[in-house]
Amino acid sequence: MFNLFKYSSPASFYPLAGRLAVGFGIASVILLVIGLYMSFFVAPTDYKQGEGYRIMFIHVPAAWMSMWIYVVMACFAAAGMIWNTRLSSMMASSLAPTGAMFTFVALWTGALWGKPMWGAWWVWDARLTSELILLFLYVGFMALESAIDDPRRAARASGLLALVGVINVPIIYYSVQWWNTLHQGSSIKVVDGGIEASMSEIMLWTLLVMTFACWFYAVAVSLSRVRSTILERESDAVWVKALLKERKA
Amino acid sequence: MDKALLEINELECVRGDKQLFSDLSFSLQAGSLLHVHGPNGSGKTTLLRAIAGLVLPENGEICWNGETTGKQKDDFNRELLYLGHHYGLKFELTGYENLKVFANLSGADINEHEVEAALTKFGLAHCVELPVKVLSQGQKRRVALARLLLQRSKLWILDEPFVALDAAAVELLLGVIKAHVADGGMVILTTHQEVAIDAGQLQHLHLGQQPLDRQQAGSMPSASVTEPH
Amino acid sequence: MLSTVKCMVMRDLTLAMRHRSDVLTTVFFFIIVVSLFPLGVGPDAALLKEMAAGVVWVAALLASMLSLTRLFADDYNDGTLEQLMMVPQPLSLIVLGKVLAHWIISGLPLVLMSPLLGLQFGLEGDELIMLMVTLLIGTPVLSLLGAIGAALTLGLRGGGVLVSLLVLPLYIPVLIFGAGAVTASAAGMGADGHLSLMGAILLLALVLAPWASAAALRISVE
Repeated sequence: MFNLFKYSSPASFYPLAGRLAVGFGIASVILLVIGLYMSFFVAPTDYKQGEGYRIMFIHVPAAWMSMWIYVVMACFAAAGMIWNTRLSSMMASSLAPTGAMFTFVALWTGALWGKPMWGAWWVWDARLTSELILLFLYVGFMALESAIDDPRRAARASGLLALVGVINVPIIYYSVQWWNTLHQGSSIKVVDGGIEASMSEIMLWTLLVMTFACWFYAVAVSLSRVRSTILERESDAVWVKALLKERKA
Repeated sequence: MDKALLEINELECVRGDKQLFSDLSFSLQAGSLLHVHGPNGSGKTTLLRAIAGLVLPENGEICWNGETTGKQKDDFNRELLYLGHHYGLKFELTGYENLKVFANLSGADINEHEVEAALTKFGLAHCVELPVKVLSQGQKRRVALARLLLQRSKLWILDEPFVALDAAAVELLLGVIKAHVADGGMVILTTHQEVAIDAGQLQHLHLGQQPLDRQQAGSMPSASVTEPH
Repeated sequence: MLSTVKCMVMRDLTLAMRHRSDVLTTVFFFIIVVSLFPLGVGPDAALLKEMAAGVVWVAALLASMLSLTRLFADDYNDGTLEQLMMVPQPLSLIVLGKVLAHWIISGLPLVLMSPLLGLQFGLEGDELIMLMVTLLIGTPVLSLLGAIGAALTLGLRGGGVLVSLLVLPLYIPVLIFGAGAVTASAAGMGADGHLSLMGAILLLALVLAPWASAAALRISVE
């Protein structure tokens, strides 16, 4: 069995993270190529929305990933706080930029999709609004982390913030839903419901492939980010010095 | 020999990513005084704050009565009085109000007479009803020190307690410390001033030293404990 | 347990009474922000009436947030905060006392001022009462959640701006239900659902926020 505790030390995790990052990176590229091909050439034209709906294949995975990464981030933060392991906190903070990026992509593609569908770049739809608030949460996390000079305090403070955030996310989500149904404009609801009902099997497969491509990309990128964090934070450690000497030689 | 009340086991503290000390172990029993020495930046204050529970150590444990202090915070805090670089006083409140708040929170009920007696002992009889902000630095320090007399804590952790005190007050504080140690209390202190401290069982701890006989293990910051008897 | 909270509330209220101008600053900030809206959107009575609840609520969020930075900062700077962390009482109770005092100083005055501001925006009768009730339930939540942000940003450069970035997203549910309740009651619908949801949020915040703020303080004071 895979020994988790062996890899909770930065020194032994560093080379493993390198191998995993490459593996996930390659897998992500392959899936992305397949997924994009399916999105553009295999998936049929939607009978109601024409070709424009194809942006869904990037919008929906990005939205899913943005939420999923926040949850994973909070889990790492919780682990870091409970067991006082530095690696978990490093993982949490290296996930944040990727999560924020996916949130931004989801908002951006949402706007691009919204223009032909709703006739406006932005509507205060419950999902888009929640996504926007999620972006605020990511930005707050990263801002707090970068405002604190002491890396230990930065990791622990931002970890706590992630936990507070993750408790609040469902409350925020439901309150936005509630708000939206009260102030609902009639044109909004049709689109999402319409596409889910009319989604063909091939569309679903394409969506799945694209989601995994995004997921593996997130894993690869955050692992390589955590590698540089490890080097930075452990720059005094003997193994890092040995590694650098080896590289120079 | 008595059982050790306070035990420090393989303590390691870091500031930022820099290690201050590691593998620091010592123990302290009732009626002893520990004088922590070391140059600036050697981690004296961090050590004292770690024992007081204000700093989370990177490794190791701090035990009081055989149990980790983190697991019995309230019980340990009842026995602890830490006075640091800050006075820990509200300048808008009077000396009496300041002391009363902490006494209330510590569960000790004190009356005006006791506070007055404590302040009088430190030469501040007329300052009971004055807001702390009108007092001089030395007087503020004395108000803070008056807590030593009011809260019957067993373990005193004093970070540079002699700063800003005049010669008479230094003598006075030394007397208070000696009486506390003789009474079975424990004191951990740091000071840069030349004061003749000798009370009970005196221990010295040197932080940030590079003992000459230890040249292995790279440039690990080290510590040593001596017990001259 | 109660005596700890009471002791902290009395202490912070005494301190506030010796710095009375701070209390007034928050209230006047609230009034000014609310008064700016008619200047910005024009004096159309129907439009203003429709916006009233939202405007008063957003101004309340901003005002309560403005006073947050000082919640722990003074105690941190003079070293009383670390002393408070070493008294034999749970730190979360100490925090609860401080938050309660903060609410009495900066939240309660907003509640009391709100009917006047509502009148300016053309609210009347039940709507005014509803505005007050929602603020009465909602402003303690603002103080409780804000305490977490204030504790996390303690002693940081630009802490004031940062605290708004951390705390404002967390305020959104309270804003939605608070302003929503007033709008709903103005439209003749019941606002019971809103109010009970706000009550639930208040209870949740009351249980979790002091604990989270205490954890944040331990991280920040180190």
